[in-house]
Amino acid sequence: MTNFLLNAGNLFSDGNLLSHSKLLTDGIDLVAVLLLGLGIKGLSKVRSARGANQLAAVAMALAVLGLLIEIRPEPVAWLWIAAGSAAGGLAGLITAQRVPMTAMPEVVALFNGCGGLASLLVAVGVALFDSADADIVALVSIAISVFVGAITFTGSIVAMAKLQGWLNTPAWTQSSLRHGVNIALAVLALVGAVLLPGDPAGLPLWLLVIGSSLLGVGVTLPIGGADMPVVISLLNSYSGVAAAAAGFVVGSQLLIVAGAMVGAAGLILTQVMCTAMNRSLLSVLFGGALGASGATVGGGGSEAGYTRITSCSPEECAMALEQAERVVFVPGYGLAVAQAQHALRELSKLLENHGVEVSYAIHPVAGRMPGHMNVLLAEADVPYEQLVEMDTINPEFPRTDVVIVLGANDVVNPDAKSDPSSPLYGMPVLEVDQARQVFVVKRSLGAGYAGIANALFELPQTAMVFGDAKAVLNGLLSELRSMGVGKAKVAA
Amino acid sequence: MSGLSQALWVLLLGSLLGLELIGKVPPTLHTPLMSGANAISGITVLASLTLIQKAGDNQALLLIGALSLGFALFNVVGGFLVTDRMLAMFRRKGDS
Repeated sequence: MTNFLLNAGNLFSDGNLLSHSKLLTDGIDLVAVLLLGLGIKGLSKVRSARGANQLAAVAMALAVLGLLIEIRPEPVAWLWIAAGSAAGGLAGLITAQRVPMTAMPEVVALFNGCGGLASLLVAVGVALFDSADADIVALVSIAISVFVGAITFTGSIVAMAKLQGWLNTPAWTQSSLRHGVNIALAVLALVGAVLLPGDPAGLPLWLLVIGSSLLGVGVTLPIGGADMPVVISLLNSYSGVAAAAAGFVVGSQLLIVAGAMVGAAGLILTQVMCTAMNRSLLSVLFGGALGASGATVGGGGSEAGYTRITSCSPEECAMALEQAERVVFVPGYGLAVAQAQHALRELSKLLENHGVEVSYAIHPVAGRMPGHMNVLLAEADVPYEQLVEMDTINPEFPRTDVVIVLGANDVVNPDAKSDPSSPLYGMPVLEVDQARQVFVVKRSLGAGYAGIANALFELPQTAMVFGDAKAVLNGLLSELRSMGVGKAKVAA
Repeated sequence: MSGLSQALWVLLLGSLLGLELIGKVPPTLHTPLMSGANAISGITVLASLTLIQKAGDNQALLLIGALSLGFALFNVVGGFLVTDRMLAMFRRKGDS
């Protein structure tokens, strides 16, 4: 059996043996890289994003086509290719169509984990069966690919399970014991990686596989739900690195370029998310769950902690809305869980017809991933011009009559600005406490996703409207309609 | 230039390109960009295909290759479709 990287050497450097077919496949590869680059670039603008995504998909198809022309699989190989493609493609198709928009973070994590697993399998396959005459570069590539691929795989699956609520944060992972465990696992993986070149198909490989897989679990498990988007984004970057490493293993420049691009893109996104949450990457990765430390620092975020709560009925809230000139909605993940985006859209249409200026304040990490809330509101046909980013809307709050907070909590906590002892201190928040009147729609006084008490609830201008977001919004709608809001203006 | 150093150049330039390409992204697009980039990282399909081709008549390797191809394609197909579903929902005011 041949060594992939020797072939790779030909692929990379052979100038004088260019056949027509080689020219063709090289050309296809170049076009594919170009389209992938344009695709990623286009994804960063709203107008071009959808086309860019399709462009990237075409680029991917081209790359596969080019490779198939180049390697000309034998009939047996075709059979296995068809089986694998059919299973994976169909599963992807069904998953993509069935998944609700609210579950997007979990699904991205799942896809990402499978990408990592694919890189892991390739490296393990080569190590087991095709490493007899592999050189040191190939062996190092295999070790890196296994290490990164395994961490990506198990880390993503743990992230998905935590987001789904299948996994809690075990208590021992919040003690410093976890650092010892993770260091031990990292050492195990490192020993496997160092010994791998001596015996690629033996014990060292399994040490590396097991050590890295458990390390992926060990580093992801202690991280709290609020920080999970950062982790998914980082793991997304890892899956790019894993693909690039697999590119070194099988000697594919295209794979190296694409993997490197995704790795870099993932890093940038991770940085953006950390900035938005005022968390450093290091504290996300090694600091444990935010809520767990918050409970000790803040003295607990339980219901008992609140003393000056005002609550009100949907009728009172509707009356305030009817009088308002400027209304800002602050949607959070709770809104999406209650599937209330459509009711919210209807309410805002009604208010607009009444002459009220309506906008939506979007915190960078609203929902559970940056941009997640935008997607959820877009699903309800909210025009994206009405979605206003935090830095733009914050100066507007003092001249806002009514703010309605729907299922958001930590991102409107004024403690983040004023209380240095709060675990949220320093996180950029929506300054809704500056508005004249604030209604917080919430099911109960339970703590938010990060488990921290919210000082906003106790402010004099704040009133709590208890109930499911969808039920409250429908209540507001019927109240406003019975007051004749909207109809008069339409008739006039 | 050796194959390795050329491959390392490709890695370096690819990384720099990635950093440049998505320097500025509106927050609206962070989630779709993440899932789009995630789909692209499924380009590991190329490695899986190569593995299947090189396997010859080694059944175990064929199986590993097909499994890895399946997982990678799940990532690619699912990733692109889900991204498309999200982006299809972005409409401007006045669009029908």
